[in-house]
Amino acid sequence: MASKKVTTPEFWNEYHASFEQGLPSSVKETSFVVLDTETTGFDLKNDRILSIGALRIQDGTIKAKEAFEVFLDQTTFDGRTVEIHGILKKGKTTKISEVEGLKVLLHLLKNAVLVAHHVGFDVGMINAALKRNGLPKLMNKELDTAILYNKILPRSKRKTEGHHSLDELCAHFNISKTDRHTALGDAYITAIAFLRILEKLKPVSLEKLLKKDRFWEFWKY
Amino acid sequence: MKNTISYRIADFLKRYPPFSNLLGVQLETLSEEVSIIYKEKGHTIFSIDESAHPQFYVVHKGAVALWNLAEKSVLDICDEGDIFGLRPLMANENYRLTAKTEEETILYAIPIEKFKPYIRENRRVADFLVESFASNTRNPYDKSNRGQLLGDVVPSSTNHSNQLLDLQPVDYSQNIESVSTETTIKTIAQRMTSKRIGAMLIEKDGLPIGIITDKDLRNQIATGEYPITSKAKNIMSSPVITYPTKLTLTQAQMAMMKSNISHLILTKDGTVNTKAVGILSKHDIMLSLGNNPAALVKAVKRSATVEEIKPLRKGVMNLLRGYLDQHIPMALTSKIISELNDVCIKRTVELSLQQMDTKPPTKFAWLAMGSQGRSEQLLHTDQDNALLFEDVPDSEYEQTRGYFLELASLITKGLHTIGYEFCPADMMGSNPKWCQSLSGFKKMTTTWIASPGPEEVLLSSIFFDYSRAYGDKELVTKLSKHIFNTVEKYPIFLSHLGGSALMNPSPTGFFRQFLVEQDGEHKDFFDIKQRALMPLVDAARVLILSKNVPDISNTWERYEKMAELEPNNKELFLACGYATKALLRFRTKQGLLNKDSGRYINLEALNKEEKMKLKRTFKTIKEIQEVINIRFMVSRVR
Repeated sequence: MASKKVTTPEFWNEYHASFEQGLPSSVKETSFVVLDTETTGFDLKNDRILSIGALRIQDGTIKAKEAFEVFLDQTTFDGRTVEIHGILKKGKTTKISEVEGLKVLLHLLKNAVLVAHHVGFDVGMINAALKRNGLPKLMNKELDTAILYNKILPRSKRKTEGHHSLDELCAHFNISKTDRHTALGDAYITAIAFLRILEKLKPVSLEKLLKKDRFWEFWKY
Repeated sequence: MKNTISYRIADFLKRYPPFSNLLGVQLETLSEEVSIIYKEKGHTIFSIDESAHPQFYVVHKGAVALWNLAEKSVLDICDEGDIFGLRPLMANENYRLTAKTEEETILYAIPIEKFKPYIRENRRVADFLVESFASNTRNPYDKSNRGQLLGDVVPSSTNHSNQLLDLQPVDYSQNIESVSTETTIKTIAQRMTSKRIGAMLIEKDGLPIGIITDKDLRNQIATGEYPITSKAKNIMSSPVITYPTKLTLTQAQMAMMKSNISHLILTKDGTVNTKAVGILSKHDIMLSLGNNPAALVKAVKRSATVEEIKPLRKGVMNLLRGYLDQHIPMALTSKIISELNDVCIKRTVELSLQQMDTKPPTKFAWLAMGSQGRSEQLLHTDQDNALLFEDVPDSEYEQTRGYFLELASLITKGLHTIGYEFCPADMMGSNPKWCQSLSGFKKMTTTWIASPGPEEVLLSSIFFDYSRAYGDKELVTKLSKHIFNTVEKYPIFLSHLGGSALMNPSPTGFFRQFLVEQDGEHKDFFDIKQRALMPLVDAARVLILSKNVPDISNTWERYEKMAELEPNNKELFLACGYATKALLRFRTKQGLLNKDSGRYINLEALNKEEKMKLKRTFKTIKEIQEVINIRFMVSRVR
């Protein structure tokens, strides 16, 4: 372990060090980072991240300044997804290298609880990118808005494994779909949905919120 | 890196003043500094006396209520695009109100330090803020600092004339003409004539010691008491009454009344020991007053014929337009306007009485019905009224009624002259049906209540909102008591009345659809009276009747009373009251705009904010209709 640490870049070390401090017990004091990635496809191995959008929530507040969206320069490219997110491989947007993108992300992320819609996919893509750059996996606690959303629905409307689309959440919470299918736009939509879900769930502690599967816990009044 | 979030914020803000006055680049820069805050329902954003946050707020989604002291009443509800919590930041003081979310809300918090430069640079932003502070749009409590907040930014040319009377600062003359105690009267009179002024200040050693007015010249010189060769010191009023320059109109008026004088001298420190810096005459005050309520009331009371009242009504309309433009709270606006309407009606009755050959044979009361009775008639609509007179022996009945019918027709004609249309359904005191003795009205209302058909319910819904416009109070109380007692005996009546309150289903569906489509498919106009106001008015009436509460005929006052009587439904009732006020403001504004009764609203002409506010009231209508339906078991009569 020790020898590995020496070889990791400074931004990773900083990220790693932030975990020395434990998470607060109350949801209010917890820092959440909501993120979304736009990718060339859904294959963790062969597809690449085209852009990452992320923002931080602390005590129900999002600071516009802390939100960012980066576009990554990728060599592997799958033309199919262009229609969805409109990012062309050689578009006008300024692109940065994958490792630079990861650096920006980890700087914001630190030890915050990571929130995303279908979080497993985004984390998988990021971990693959980290691996390509010789870095370990993300260490953050995760929350999936698709699963959390499932918990607030009446039983009849729940879907197994929380297969609710972000569009469904938009409709349910009446969130404007402006900038849908841009990384930061989707992250913002996810953030608002997350806040509204929190309001419905009213978790007594962060620990309760992070607890997996046992959704009936929240149904006790 | 680009930031779609700040674009999103800028995109929203640019639709609302003062942000709409910023340049695109400025707004984008500002938007980057914004925090987006999510708050659940009932969350306190700041409380009274709390020190000001480094930021002010704009409602993005949801609604925030501003509460006054002790959280007793909501002063304002901030909707999408509304700003709040800015004033304390500008004035460097603590919050004077408590801000609480009414529902789930997303706020944009804008750091004041990042915003201030734009106030300094952008004149229109500054003007907007001064205006909204001055009119207290968002904060009717901070009266003391109005207009002075940004004194160094905005020149004093800011127009004060539309502000509320009592707090309007005086506009005094700074060109003071003064002479010494030794100046002769002739010289003084010549100078007053050439300068066209009504008073001359007498100074000694640079300090004001006396004043000579037109009146002094008339009373003391023209009468021959003093020769025209006299000196100022012989006839001047001394010492002079002095005041500081920071004087409101009301204070100035009070001062003149107190000392029975027509001119006030304003000095540096308000005493005779400092230099005079201004002079204020009664005439200046009258000019400042212009279309102020007090002046209008006085003029109406002084009128000798109804024709003289007619132009004064125009003044009332101007006043109303001004109040609406400044977002003076609706309850206050309607109170002032209703009072003015009342004065006009009262004067019309008085003038009609003078036209009669004899005095009334017995006591009577002139009742305003419908919207006038509810004090909700801001624009001129139809007259709905009735004349109630005391019971007389049968032998005198016909003659008595004859007298009152004649009087009533004089009154209704007079009202018509002022500008009230005749009621197309002839619900007027000049109609024998609506000109009756106390027993006559008792009999009629008993019939309505005991066997209510659609016609009876309709008549009740108009008549039961009566209020006394003129005449004997006791007579009216007797009638009210009778109605309440009868309603208690026939509870089925409330079901019928409740049913009529549900005749117009809440417009939610219709309007929501409109809001979504937005491409103008619903070209038709929206009947705000029938679809939105009447359901609320009807519901209030049946509720208050069921509670046996007399003497409240105004709809929102009825809801406020209901909130007091049923604390568990407080929120809904207060929401109903608020909705009524909001809708009435809408109707009135539209009416002034289109010079009609404001009943039909062109939805396409509304901006987004207005649509949102309308929509919000519809939700409330739906809720109150559900309550009525269940409570009065409306289904049993349908």
